[in-house]
Amino acid sequence: MSEVRAQTAQDVVFLRIPAKAEWVVVARLALATVASRSDFPIEAIEDIKLAVAEACTNAIAQGDAAGQIEISCSIEQAALRVHVRAPSGAVAGDHRRADGASSGLGLFLIRSLMDTVEFDADASHGMDLVMVKRLSN
Amino acid sequence: MSVGNMDIKVSEREVGKAHVIDVGGEIDVYTSPKVKDVVSGLIDRGTYQLVINLEQVRYIDSTGLGVLIGGLKRVREHGGTVNLVCTNPQIRKIFDITGLVKIFGIFDTEAAALKALS
Repeated sequence: MSEVRAQTAQDVVFLRIPAKAEWVVVARLALATVASRSDFPIEAIEDIKLAVAEACTNAIAQGDAAGQIEISCSIEQAALRVHVRAPSGAVAGDHRRADGASSGLGLFLIRSLMDTVEFDADASHGMDLVMVKRLSN
Repeated sequence: MSVGNMDIKVSEREVGKAHVIDVGGEIDVYTSPKVKDVVSGLIDRGTYQLVINLEQVRYIDSTGLGVLIGGLKRVREHGGTVNLVCTNPQIRKIFDITGLVKIFGIFDTEAAALKALS
């Protein structure tokens, strides 16, 4: 997967949260603020909030509870590019429900709400998800 | 029964032969277990006709949708149903893109959701 920190980015926001459910709201609200600063319309901001939350939830449910989730976002060519990375403990697939049933709903939502999504996950490397929302949408 | 904290408020009340669950706030990976507790508690007590009022919900993610789907599956095993009240356009959009509009009865008012149960 390509490095998210593009050479052309003027402003990049980094955030690292504990891989725990109670901290997902921090990522969600931070990304909403970044998107708002970047003049995204309200509906697109809501899409971005949900997409980043789903990415974090995916990492948490499959990952190491003591781990960290790294999020970076940048405005590149009239688009918001968000990279969510869980370096260790995250494994492939979407998150599991409390009743143990696996569901692809989170990843489906991300792919539906964002313009492009690159998802890569395995047990040895963790999870990498890069998603882009274009300003024109 | 009522459960509340800074992110979510969940309460339930009896209306005729049905129960209405009022949810307010944000349903996410952290708060959805609180919604699940109330839904499961009612079903465990034999309540299979439910209206879940989402009018005061500002946000829902896939874990919240999972709770609603799980509740619907359980009540259907007993011939029951779950109707939703939802007027928030962003949340209705999530139900649209996930196809859940075809599974749940989704109504603009609680009265309409209750009427559709009978």
